[in-house]
Amino acid sequence: MSAPAIPAPAPAAPAPPPVETLTVKVNGKTLQVPKTHPDWQGKPQPTTMLQAARCGGVDIPHYCYHDKLPIAGNCRMCLVEFGTLMMDPATRKPILNEDGTPKISKSVLPYEPGTPRGAISCATPISPGMEIYADSPATKQMRESVLESLLINHPLDCTICDQAGECKLQEYSVEHGQAGSHFVEAKVHKPKAVDLGPRIVLDDERCILCTRCIRFTKDIAGDDALGIVNRGSYNTISAFQTGKFDNNYTLNTVDLCPVGALTSKDFRFKMRVWFLKETKSLCTGCGTGCNITVGSREGIIHRYEPRENDAVNGPWMCDTGRLNYKWIGRPDRLTEVRVNGQKVTWATAVKDIGSRLIRASSGSVALIASARQTTEELFLLKSLATRLGAVTDSVPREGEADHLLVNADRNPNTNGTRLTGIAFTEAGMQLPLIAAGIEAGTIRTLIVFGEDVTKHGIGPELLAKLEMLVVSDILPNATTAVATHLLPGASHAEKRGTFISVKGRLQKLTKAVESPGDARAEWEFLHELVHDVTGRNGFTSIEGLFNLMARETPAFAGLEWANIGDKGVDVKI
Amino acid sequence: MAEQFKLITKHLDEPGFSPDIECYLRHGGYAALRKAVASPSRELADGKKLSPQEVLREDVKASGLRGRGGAGFSAGLKWSFVDRRSGKPIYLICNADESEPGTFKDRQIIHRDPHQLIEGMILSCWANDVKLAYIYIRGEMPEGARLLNVALKEVRSKGFLGKNILGTGYDLEIHVHRGAGAYICGEETGLIESLEGKRAYPRIKPPYFPAILGLYMCPTIVNNVETLCHVTHIVNMGAAEYAKLGTPNNTGTRIVSLSGDINRPGYYEIEVGKVTLGQLIHDSNFGGGLKPGRSLKAIIPGGSSSKVLKAGEVFKLNRKGPDGQMSKVDVPVLDLPYDFDSLQQAGTMSGSSAVIVLDDSRSMVVTLGNLSEFYAHESCGQCTPCREGALWLAKATHRLTHGEGRKEDTSYLAHIAQNIQGRTICAFGEAAAWPVLSFVKKFKDEFDAQGAADEAARANGIPPTHRPSPVVTLNLH
Repeated sequence: MSAPAIPAPAPAAPAPPPVETLTVKVNGKTLQVPKTHPDWQGKPQPTTMLQAARCGGVDIPHYCYHDKLPIAGNCRMCLVEFGTLMMDPATRKPILNEDGTPKISKSVLPYEPGTPRGAISCATPISPGMEIYADSPATKQMRESVLESLLINHPLDCTICDQAGECKLQEYSVEHGQAGSHFVEAKVHKPKAVDLGPRIVLDDERCILCTRCIRFTKDIAGDDALGIVNRGSYNTISAFQTGKFDNNYTLNTVDLCPVGALTSKDFRFKMRVWFLKETKSLCTGCGTGCNITVGSREGIIHRYEPRENDAVNGPWMCDTGRLNYKWIGRPDRLTEVRVNGQKVTWATAVKDIGSRLIRASSGSVALIASARQTTEELFLLKSLATRLGAVTDSVPREGEADHLLVNADRNPNTNGTRLTGIAFTEAGMQLPLIAAGIEAGTIRTLIVFGEDVTKHGIGPELLAKLEMLVVSDILPNATTAVATHLLPGASHAEKRGTFISVKGRLQKLTKAVESPGDARAEWEFLHELVHDVTGRNGFTSIEGLFNLMARETPAFAGLEWANIGDKGVDVKI
Repeated sequence: MAEQFKLITKHLDEPGFSPDIECYLRHGGYAALRKAVASPSRELADGKKLSPQEVLREDVKASGLRGRGGAGFSAGLKWSFVDRRSGKPIYLICNADESEPGTFKDRQIIHRDPHQLIEGMILSCWANDVKLAYIYIRGEMPEGARLLNVALKEVRSKGFLGKNILGTGYDLEIHVHRGAGAYICGEETGLIESLEGKRAYPRIKPPYFPAILGLYMCPTIVNNVETLCHVTHIVNMGAAEYAKLGTPNNTGTRIVSLSGDINRPGYYEIEVGKVTLGQLIHDSNFGGGLKPGRSLKAIIPGGSSSKVLKAGEVFKLNRKGPDGQMSKVDVPVLDLPYDFDSLQQAGTMSGSSAVIVLDDSRSMVVTLGNLSEFYAHESCGQCTPCREGALWLAKATHRLTHGEGRKEDTSYLAHIAQNIQGRTICAFGEAAAWPVLSFVKKFKDEFDAQGAADEAARANGIPPTHRPSPVVTLNLH
């Protein structure tokens, strides 16, 4: 084996064009901020006061504003007091104080010049020399009063509310609110536990009418399903047809809802959010590779949430992907290592498989790996196959694509199978050849990872002809049932590794929960097997394994595990 | 004796004057349109040449015409803000959603002289290169909508509207759109949303200034019915002559809707600033005085949203003396000239020029209860301070008028209103807050007394005189 090549430094990116800036003051601090910021569609628009404040590390509280939604400006939480340069009408130049600093005219009510007039920082563009007073007494008073208004008709039922712990109403009340309320009237009562759609429940009394959900489903999901009925304080969010808020993105409205109005039928009343451990991971439902956060407690996964990554999924994910976690905790998970039906230890099984494979003649072994395995596992399997002269392939899995996130390729790592050499351009091409080889008796050993081959042209009658059938999987199926060597594997939430999306985004999985029973991450036992068969060693950690793979795989040239980051990197596909 | 000056309302009450086009033509109708489209371009001193359309735009500016809808903004200036370089069509909308309580002037024009409005609209559209215009009429005025549609049909048949108007090559179409009954549709951006078929939620400004991003995100002019009518008269009289009507910076005439505790409620047209509030109330040409034995208590001078004036108040107004110097002069409330600027200096506004007179038989607490109930009912509910605050105010005033007041309710009401004004998307916030703020400030004694009396009664075991305000439960789903 040749010495590992030292990765060439990545070619320096061309210097970005200089960013035009404006000078503004935020809380007394002078800042240079870019003249424009991307709007919700990514188009450059004049920088707003809210964005300028962020540049200075000042977060202005807001409910209705969201970076990726059209601006509504209705919650008024982001009102701030501000001042602009006083201009000489004749010369159109700033009027200066005696010390040379520009005179500032603070915005006041036109009919009551003693009272500051706030502007919504989410929609008000900055102007040169503008001063933003994000923590002035007037700004604080505006926030207090908006919060007081939001709470007068709110049921204050935090103790039984699923949003508690991640509720902006709670958080801002603590940060910006006042302890008491002046309100002594009867509250407005509105519908509770409204069945908005198959996955969403609405509590209208908790709703602060920020319209994030309406804007999301209309402008992002493209399903104009939600609206407001009634008027004034009786305003109520409603689906045009009750129970029919049913597109594949409805659960994003639960994330967007800053309060406990929209809750997920799947998650509500299951777990207090402060008990959840958050783990960065990926959705495995299709080739898009949406970034997710896995919420788990004591080894049980309770929810997936999208994790913002503008290179992949933005802040969204589809409902199908989000709810695709329950199989991980299924009671019939494979948890025992078995050889010829007998429960054995991992050491026994791996040694037995290794010694048999070494004796196998070249060409008598075939290997079918799933495009649901991590790239590292596929790399190890390919090393094994190369040593054994085995024919390899994986199983294609197609569905319908949609306009937003769902990809037609339902495998999360098709590009991993290609780049490691497990599959060719057309995954599944070799499956008929393998079937024919078994039929003809030339293939006598089959290694299957993560697929039920009986559904893909290699039926039980063919499997019965094999001398050895090594199967690793997570859940039982017709193939695992006839395995001579059965190796219980780990779900993506139980291991580390990488997936490569259909667009070539290489991204990391992190381990959220432990595997049940004896089940183990495939790469952990594969590296032992590869060592036994090929004599190669040196990849006992996922970092080392990835870095070795990167050195030997042209598409990953220059990559190191430590450099992938939480949001992944683009690789050449 | 102050007199009416009938410009817009000249023929409205004449026996035999009918809303059909033949009658309008007999009274010199559409002469202004003929005159304008035939007018020459104008060369300025600096050699710049103005097209006939630009001439009219300049004339409207020079006339000093201010919007008659409520804000009193210069109409010519408003037109000058229109983005004429966007390449998008420019729309004009006539705001006929007259719903400010106390206001009933636009409906007189629409019902009795619809062609006067249509001529003003055609002129304004022509001046601003508008090819498509709308009349957004209040849903509660079905007869007005019918009359306007009839009038539009007539005017099309006469060639004043449609393709190639009067052979000039200019095309214009006007549609009547009926609202569905919401006060907020009178707010120009709410109106635009409603016209687009959406909920009448006022738009945030910036960025949605109608002159740039209005109807269908195109430059749009929204003018009040009465404002548009004045354009006809500016053309007929010439800007300079028109500007001589009224007082400086408050030119022209205005139709005042007089209502309340007076002998002769009705609409009266005056030269702006030439008639005082006292004359409007007491002169036999106008209100004809209070009911026998009654004394004046308060005046709501510009529609229900304007801040109330108290009888006996004296204001410091800027007045130009004979030497041309400005000085502060004490002006009693009844001597306030009825115009835009004097009322603004008196801390209120002429708004939609609806004067509501209250005599000493009225409880200010009950009056405010009535107003607050209206604003709670009409708040669109888009933005937080108004949505929650307007109903809160109504509930508080309801308590005060039903025996459940508290001593601290005066400051309580002010606290709520203070947190609405200036913090909302549209001026509805002010509209809901101003009556409250001015009532509790100027009639604090009355509110304090009500709260104290209710507390005393409760302390003595006398039950409140009212049934508790019902908890409103909606059952929609």
